[in-house]
Amino acid sequence: MSAYNTIAFKPEHCDGCNACMTACATAKAGSADIINSRIQIVADGDSFELAMCRQCGDPKCVANCPAAALSKDDADGVIEWDGSKCVNCLLCTVGCAFGGIVYNAAAGHVVKCDSCGGDPACVKACERGALTYLTTANIYNEVGDLEDLFVPGLAGCQGCNTELIMRHTMRRIGPDTVLATPPGCIPGMGSVGYNGLTGTKVPVFHPLLTNTASMLTGVKRHYKRQGREVNAVALAGDGGASDVGFQSLSGAAERGEQILFICVDNEGYMNTGMQRSSCTPFGAWTSTTPVGERGAGKTQDAKNMPLLMMMHNCEYVATASTAFMEDLYDKLDKAIAASKRGFAYLHIYSPCTTGWRFPSQENIEVARKAVEANFVMLWEFNPRDGLKLTRDVDNALSIDEYLMALGKYRHLSGDQVAHIQATVEKNVGFIKGLAEGRHPAMAQAMSGRA
Amino acid sequence: MTQTEYLIVGASHAALSALQAIRMQDAEGSITMVTRDDALPYSPTVLPYVVSGRSAPERVALKDGAWFEQHKVGFIRGAAVTALDAAAKRAKLSSGEEIAYGKLLLATGAAPILPPVPGLKDVKFHVLRSLDDAVKLNKALPNTKQAVVLGAGLVGMHAAENLAKAGAAVTVVEMQPRVLAGYFDAEASSIIEAAFAAKGVKLMLGAKVSRCETAGQGVRVATDGDAALDADLLLVAAGVAPVTDFLAGSGVAIDRGVLVDDTMRSSADGIWAAGDVAQAKGFYDEAKTLNGILPSAVEQGRIAGMAMAGDPAVKPWPGGVPLNTYTFFGQQAVSVGSQDAGEVVRKEADAKHYLKIVMQDNRLTGIFGINVPFDPGVMWELILRRIDLAPVREAFIADPQKTARSIMSKTWR
Ligand SMILES: Cc1cc2nc3c(=O)[nH]c(=O)nc-3n(C[C@H](O)[C@H](O)[C@H](O)COP(=O)(O)OP(=O)(O)OC[C@H]3O[C@@H](n4cnc5c(N)ncnc54)[C@H](O)[C@@H]3O)c2cc1C
Ligand code: SF4
Ligand code: SF4
Repeated sequence: MSAYNTIAFKPEHCDGCNACMTACATAKAGSADIINSRIQIVADGDSFELAMCRQCGDPKCVANCPAAALSKDDADGVIEWDGSKCVNCLLCTVGCAFGGIVYNAAAGHVVKCDSCGGDPACVKACERGALTYLTTANIYNEVGDLEDLFVPGLAGCQGCNTELIMRHTMRRIGPDTVLATPPGCIPGMGSVGYNGLTGTKVPVFHPLLTNTASMLTGVKRHYKRQGREVNAVALAGDGGASDVGFQSLSGAAERGEQILFICVDNEGYMNTGMQRSSCTPFGAWTSTTPVGERGAGKTQDAKNMPLLMMMHNCEYVATASTAFMEDLYDKLDKAIAASKRGFAYLHIYSPCTTGWRFPSQENIEVARKAVEANFVMLWEFNPRDGLKLTRDVDNALSIDEYLMALGKYRHLSGDQVAHIQATVEKNVGFIKGLAEGRHPAMAQAMSGRA
Repeated sequence: MTQTEYLIVGASHAALSALQAIRMQDAEGSITMVTRDDALPYSPTVLPYVVSGRSAPERVALKDGAWFEQHKVGFIRGAAVTALDAAAKRAKLSSGEEIAYGKLLLATGAAPILPPVPGLKDVKFHVLRSLDDAVKLNKALPNTKQAVVLGAGLVGMHAAENLAKAGAAVTVVEMQPRVLAGYFDAEASSIIEAAFAAKGVKLMLGAKVSRCETAGQGVRVATDGDAALDADLLLVAAGVAPVTDFLAGSGVAIDRGVLVDDTMRSSADGIWAAGDVAQAKGFYDEAKTLNGILPSAVEQGRIAGMAMAGDPAVKPWPGGVPLNTYTFFGQQAVSVGSQDAGEVVRKEADAKHYLKIVMQDNRLTGIFGINVPFDPGVMWELILRRIDLAPVREAFIADPQKTARSIMSKTWR
């Protein structure tokens, strides 16, 4: 069974302009009359609702069709209508509880969305981002059969994002890998193993927090000398990467070692009891930045690790989030390729259910909100093209929506929120400046490793 | 003797829908499907179009051999189940073969009933339920100048339209005072009747056939109004009854159809029934009734399949809602729900359009339209969920399609 692409609707971005309906009617019926549109936006007071074909997995319109005129295409998941078989009985419209297949008087038969062969006209016409074409299914289809390189039953917390990151990344990177997992949640949940057995199906070692990148350098150089091509990969927490491990990391980056260093950023030392790190954001509760009579969370801003790494002029630097998997996979591929030429650094945000205090089933939603509120920006860098945003930072969600989703910010005062808001705005301005090549820092980075 | 974990008798909507539900839960358990038709699975509903020639018989198959192979199903066609030993869990086929099963689904549907008209058994007449029936009718079309159709239900009306389109002079004789009485009220039916009259189809409503006799190559049909109709083709479409004859003495409880509970389980151990053959509870009234429509067969088949395979996600049968869609001479009639399970909150009709909405306690109980667009599937769901329409009552009555879509998008998208 395959996974399929789908059209997603975000009513909060819709303003009822009807551009999608006009586009669909034009594409499918050659007339701009929206009655012919296969997608129907329904105004309901100030908000907007949607009626269209969901391309169901177990479609009732198909089961109801007495003429075998409807069928689900195994390859693209689209429910196809065959006009040469249809007898106009309308029983499909009884089966569909979504208003996705309807009788069209002008056509004289039922009509439904056909996904425009994978290039939906409605989505292209939507300028407000209310309609998007989700192609994430491709990932499942492409990598679903690849081997998971961690054993089942790793002892992560319920709903752990880091475990997802580990499994996804290693599945993609593949078995020809030597893996370094410095102290943190990653070895903590069992990837380096217990009692003489490892939890990883590739050679793995457990360096000190301080020397991850140096040890990996040695391993990689050793294999190179032997003439063997292996991926040298670190899966490290933000604490190890940004605090005591920074010296060795910075050194390896500066030397251009052929390593892929993945920083899994859960904004603190979570496995040892949720202490703050230099990546913990301003205002956040941790066990060492407590909230009480005097304390009100962390009083310093987070260190911007990915920007620091970019300033090393690495072969590749990028930020990523598990809420945007296509983007993540794309960057992973580029990072793997770059690590054959030089140093690659991938910074992946990993909301922590335990340390950030939110319900375990909401992890991906939290990750998504962080990005949508610009708390986290998705971008990539290489020395030739400079920094490029991979997701638009305009039309951001309010920062409150993100902060309010997390227990670690529950105590925030108005002043603290204002500070965070200002920091986000400053960061957005800075990154946008870099992306547009306006910033002097960019010019310097762009000048290459002179 | 063949051994099978699941035995499905019938190969139409209820049967196929059950099969698919079983395979969702149980990928390997052996399945055998038996049908008395010597054909790949097809739907009775498509037959009027086979009669008219619009659908070629070889293009109406719902599934093919490859599909059965892919779903690991043994498909036996052209063999009827003739007897059942429920205690020993064995079924006997007309081919002489015996099948031992673990679980059995009865999806044998319904078959035409013949009204007790004197002389009917001795004349040549057609019925329309199987592919063979349809092919025979199709072959008879070119030589038909005068046709008489007994019954103005869905089958009779579909057939009458196609006979008329093929150039025959058609008379429909119906006991009820209007056509499609099960789905439409007098005003709605009159729009449909007018369309038939305009095409030259003669409707004799409130009339009863008193006898039939052979007259030359054809048939003479006499009504109790003393009319005598000569026909070279007689189609009997006076209703259907569940196919249960082979269950005699099996111990499976039968009233008008096989009595089933909310997961389509019959009174006998390991036996389920779904579709036109089953008698399950109604939605408006808990009493068990027949609800011989295609969407119910699909739904009941799915529930039965899930129950048979032990799928924990099975949800009980919510009760049968009468509903149908009916296209006639390019016009669309849709009937969802009950005419009289509430008060009429909107009703309007002109020569070409009709809309009636019935509600009870601000909940939709029925909606009926001719050439007025709304989504029957969405309306059905509104009825089943008993959604309180009080907050949008006026909007719903004014524009049911748009309001229902909006509720759908908010409630079960
Ligand atoms: C002309 C016509 C038009 C119709 N139009 C509509 C419509 O517009 N809308 C609507 O909702 N419904 C319509 N119907 C009704 C609809 O077709 C049925 O409700 C539906 O087909 C029921 O499906 P089922 O699977 O329960 O039974 P059926 O479709 O009747 O299938 C029964 C199956 O059982 C098999 N079988 C029977 N006895 C035996 C036996 N002893 N051994 C082995 N196999 C056996 C048959 O070969 C067949 O495969 C129409 C019916 C007809 C005839
Ligand atoms: S209207 Fe056409 S596609 Fe829909 S159920 Fe009837 S025959 Fe099938
Ligand atoms: S994908 Fe194409 S057919 Fe479907 S609603 Fe959009 S424009 Fe219409």
